[in-house]
Amino acid sequence: MSPGAVDLDRTAHEHADALRSGEYTAVELAAATVDRLRRQDEALHAYIAIEEERALADAALADEALREGEGGPLTGVPVALKDLIATAGLQTTAASRILEGYVPAEDATVAARLRRAGAVVVGKANLDEFAMGSSTEHSAYGPTLNPWDLDRVPGGSSGGSAATVAARGVPLALGTDTRGTIRQPAALTGIVRLKPPYGRVSRYGVVAFASSLEQVGPFGRDAEDVANLLAAIAGLDPRDSTTAPEPVPDYLPELGRGLDGLSVAVPDAFFEGAEEGVVEAVEAALDVLEANGARLVRGVDLSLAPAALPAYYLIAPAEASANLARYDGVKYGAGDTGGPGLWDEMERTRGAGFGPEVKRRIMLGTYALSAGYYDAYYLKAQRVRTLIREEFDRALAGHDLIVSPTTPGPAFRLGERVDDPWAMYLSDLYTIPANIVGYPAVSMPCGFVEGLPVGLQMLGRPFAEGTLLRATAAYQAVTDWHGRSPPVPDEAGRAP
Amino acid sequence: MVLAAGDVRRLARLARISLDDDEVERLRDDLSACLDHFRVLADIDTEGVPPTAHVVALGSVERDDAVAPSLAPEDVLSRAPRREGAYLRVRPVLEAE
Repeated sequence: MSPGAVDLDRTAHEHADALRSGEYTAVELAAATVDRLRRQDEALHAYIAIEEERALADAALADEALREGEGGPLTGVPVALKDLIATAGLQTTAASRILEGYVPAEDATVAARLRRAGAVVVGKANLDEFAMGSSTEHSAYGPTLNPWDLDRVPGGSSGGSAATVAARGVPLALGTDTRGTIRQPAALTGIVRLKPPYGRVSRYGVVAFASSLEQVGPFGRDAEDVANLLAAIAGLDPRDSTTAPEPVPDYLPELGRGLDGLSVAVPDAFFEGAEEGVVEAVEAALDVLEANGARLVRGVDLSLAPAALPAYYLIAPAEASANLARYDGVKYGAGDTGGPGLWDEMERTRGAGFGPEVKRRIMLGTYALSAGYYDAYYLKAQRVRTLIREEFDRALAGHDLIVSPTTPGPAFRLGERVDDPWAMYLSDLYTIPANIVGYPAVSMPCGFVEGLPVGLQMLGRPFAEGTLLRATAAYQAVTDWHGRSPPVPDEAGRAP
Repeated sequence: MVLAAGDVRRLARLARISLDDDEVERLRDDLSACLDHFRVLADIDTEGVPPTAHVVALGSVERDDAVAPSLAPEDVLSRAPRREGAYLRVRPVLEAE
């Protein structure tokens, strides 16, 4: 490679090594990245905004740190942020018309921590409006497409973050996971994403949707990159009282420990309804885990897990209906519709500002919380949540991991489920339980069905995300699914 | 469970969202279908089971009552759709109801 030429297909840790050795500068990397993202985005629409000015400014600071020998694993590395994460001075929309033009005055804690780690923010990634959706088709800014097949969705709600990492646009991105919205798009686009345990990562400055369920989490292509990104954002935050005091472990030593001694539960409930090709790919992955030292135990009882789906669609909309009450057209965002009185103005602002899926969820949540229905719906769902949690605790008492497909099928076609909310919701069947119980989970590519990636999900004990990273690293060490890249629609723009 | 159009309008009023007639019809269908899917929960015995509102045991978090920097008033006010000097401006509250 000629001096200064940048290989954009590298992982974050490979970029970090190249930057430290002076093979290219962070500014060169940022400029090449923005150039590729612009070309890719004509086809993918992974971004609401590509932020060249910010990227070059961050990169100049990173180069300064590198020159002084202060570079860490993320210094100078390009990162995309889901546009649900507040960024001082950069528009933050949550993919909603109601926040169009909103520029936060300060950074979310995760954005501030990335800035401190020297990462280079290159853009705000597309998502389903307020993270409500499983396909990124509910973005007010138009859908993101799947780089593996442009007629298909990349999953959601973090579809933009997933698509841009899968397409080798950026090596790392941050998303949020409320019911699988980190893992499901990761599975559908063939990358690695981890949902940290509830309480591990600060949500200060992250647009709130369902507060008892959601977590910010990393997307990358291998276990090491995901571990480094998580390490940079994890830990107690005085500005988010739901962050847990549990110390953040050192993840990197976990990556070399292999699978020996790990007990893996394989619950039948997580295979029911899965497509044949998906089951085959996951079974092959289970064979790999077993051949490399893990002990598989089948028939583990998680029969209540499917109830997590209806429980979720009561609890999350209820929380959303309360969280989204703040969009009243008074303090920030869209407003001033010229209504005669305060309440008309508020109703008009919200009627025009929210898209159909957001209205559906708010209405559902309002119903579940309203007088006469509260006990039958909301409280019932919370009691079922307790039972599901107890069932998972029993399963995890004897096992380190629960392994399953991430989704019942591969990426579905654009428009296929947008008119049938429940069919859309069913794509989250295997990922929702981890949010309902609050435990960590990871998805990684484990094969293909008809040219589309299949995701392998591992769910772990409370605050044991280190074990998930360990198993991910061990699996990736003996397989190469994570090395496959989609036919990115920018062949002309490929780095030499 | 089938909702009536009037139920949907009442919910929209509670949620402070204006809806046109098409949206009311659409939501009537969608919400009714979701409520049908929730029926499986009724079959699960939850007698005596406490509800889970939050999955980690979180207590009240207290901090020292120390002065620290916060957002400047202009940073806050400048983001409002309507303002008047140091105030957020809203439409009349009483006349409308």
